[in-house]
Amino acid sequence: MTDRIISSSAALAEALHEEMQRDETIFIMGEDLVSHAGVFGQFKGLPEHFPGRIIDTPISEACIAGCGVGAALTGMRPIVDFHFSDFVTCGMDELCNQAAKIRYMSGGQVKLPVVFWCPDGAGLRAAAQHSQSLESWFVHMPGLKVVVPSEPSDVKGLIKSAVRDDNPVMFFQHKKLFAREGPVSEDDYLIPLGRAAVKKEGKDVTLLCYGAGYYLCEEAAEKLAGEKIDAEIVDLRTLKPLDMETIAASIAKTHRAVIVHEACLTGGFGAELAARIQDELFDELDAPVKRVGARDVPIPFSPAMEDFVLPRADDVAAAVHAVTYR
Amino acid sequence: MAENRKKLLELYRQMVTVRQFETMAGEYFAAGKIPGFIHLSIGQEASSVGVCSCLRPDDYVITTHRGHGHMIAKGADLKRMVAELFGKKDGYCKGKGGSMHIADYSIGILGANGVVAGGLPIITGAGLSIKMRKTDQVAVCFFGDGATNRGPVHEAMNMASIWKLPILFVVENNQWASTTPLEYACSVEDLYVRAAGYNIPGEQVDGNDILAVQKAAEKAVIRARAGEGPTFIENKTYRIKGHYEGDPQKYRTDSEIKKWQDKKDPINRFSRVLFKKRVLSKKIVDQIWSEVQTALNEAITFAENSPFPQPEDAMADLYINS
Ligand SMILES: Cc1ncc(C[n+]2csc(CCOP(=O)(O)OP(=O)(O)O)c2C)c(N)n1
Repeated sequence: MTDRIISSSAALAEALHEEMQRDETIFIMGEDLVSHAGVFGQFKGLPEHFPGRIIDTPISEACIAGCGVGAALTGMRPIVDFHFSDFVTCGMDELCNQAAKIRYMSGGQVKLPVVFWCPDGAGLRAAAQHSQSLESWFVHMPGLKVVVPSEPSDVKGLIKSAVRDDNPVMFFQHKKLFAREGPVSEDDYLIPLGRAAVKKEGKDVTLLCYGAGYYLCEEAAEKLAGEKIDAEIVDLRTLKPLDMETIAASIAKTHRAVIVHEACLTGGFGAELAARIQDELFDELDAPVKRVGARDVPIPFSPAMEDFVLPRADDVAAAVHAVTYR
Repeated sequence: MAENRKKLLELYRQMVTVRQFETMAGEYFAAGKIPGFIHLSIGQEASSVGVCSCLRPDDYVITTHRGHGHMIAKGADLKRMVAELFGKKDGYCKGKGGSMHIADYSIGILGANGVVAGGLPIITGAGLSIKMRKTDQVAVCFFGDGATNRGPVHEAMNMASIWKLPILFVVENNQWASTTPLEYACSVEDLYVRAAGYNIPGEQVDGNDILAVQKAAEKAVIRARAGEGPTFIENKTYRIKGHYEGDPQKYRTDSEIKKWQDKKDPINRFSRVLFKKRVLSKKIVDQIWSEVQTALNEAITFAENSPFPQPEDAMADLYINS
């Protein structure tokens, strides 16, 4: 009923608490989970409440991911914590050749209810191997679903749907957003995978975003409001499946679109989305679709360089100026 | 004798340098001068210094996220190291890498790694290259006890063994991998036994006894240079500081840490040996610590005076335009 203001981390822990209470087959495995409730404290309270169902593993990403697959094939609903999303590279075979394909290759004989939970993103001065946003790799992999929530309320509703889904789901949460707070309902609610949210209505331009990109759009929209540009913010929330209906409805109204993500630009999700918009909504557009993303380099360590590489709200505003010709 | 004395003092000085460097890094991190996160090797100085003391300048080393000691022991410049930690332009990586990625390829450091066990396949390639180029260099890979549970470690050991590559696999068993104790995460109590599965000689060494470390490494280096293949050395030691600076360390007790300080501290232990041999005196100790502090102060001044990189410098160094 009531909303409280809680962090993304707390929203995640609350949702998982509810789910684990409901379904005994859910468990979480990964490195360094029990003693500090996850490296970011993201599973606060769970180790005490569910002893034996939060499992510390050796540093063995390939096998951890593979265990997720094997346990899911045999009646459990595992959540695999990848520690840092950068280390998905160490479990790529298990994710892409195994999890993504097993159901299909078997002619649909089995289900694979497994969530791969990946804390991603830059801005912590953690340098190139601990700062990446790799979601678009997995969008390119038929058989996986890809979820990238932004606000705490999305985290709660989406992780619950991800856990209940019978398919492998890649779930990305930005490290810098764990502490970010927002209103979250106490209710046991689900946000279906594949449903975007219009987070702010507007008539002049559609900002399409997800994850940390949402907050850039929020900031940019406020600034643009001062210039009498009324931006609509569509938070995609899941990239696969993708809610083209909501996207189309918004673009039909504004006729202009800017896509915003923190991942580097080339080959990022914006490329796929821009292609679909021009293909499916060409007649609605009054301007070419613009993309905003990080520059195409690994994330550098030193603060000024890192900040330079990452997209800013000003970049979003500049892209809006370009598509609105103002 | 005088020659030997000089060498012993040099080992001592190097250990003190690593210790002082790490202590400084912890202080500057706490003061907000070092961005990101850093992993210190206090308590593990005998391993880095002992192994590297057996190496030539043209030998290779790959280090880890806990790599400051290996860098210093292989001969890195303190000034450029501190500058890199500070994210400055004159740092080893021009501020692009930071603590976790400090490297000096000109002295044979083939990288530090933020990916646990990331160095092992690469060292195997370096070993293969040495063999193909027919030199008598050796290649050393440092890694932690936690790393030994990753697949690439095992693939690397097997390949190094079948091709008899000139490699030293040096595991620094500090008994903890972040919050996870070795006895939980490893199927064996002693890691050196894992080498047997790959037909590689494995040896466990008291990793806080620098002369024992040096002896084991010397033997392995001779074997490698002679083309007889890799060796696996387990330096049993202890991580005194948190996994990273700021680690709340709920997973262990203060009394466990204390057990590895004072009497078991590798620098104290070595200094007791050197006092007995009359190589060290109170006066020489004071002199070395103060000389090291002076060198470190110079490095800090250098780093503080170095400019930050320009934001656009982020775009340089990705590809070679050839
Ligand atoms: C592939 C990979 N998995 C996880 C991590 C996160 N991580 C960084 S250091 C570390 C513990 C490493 O332990 P160990 O190998 O024993 O080295 P130590 O830190 O004790 O020196 C972990 C889990 C990582 N950097 N890379």
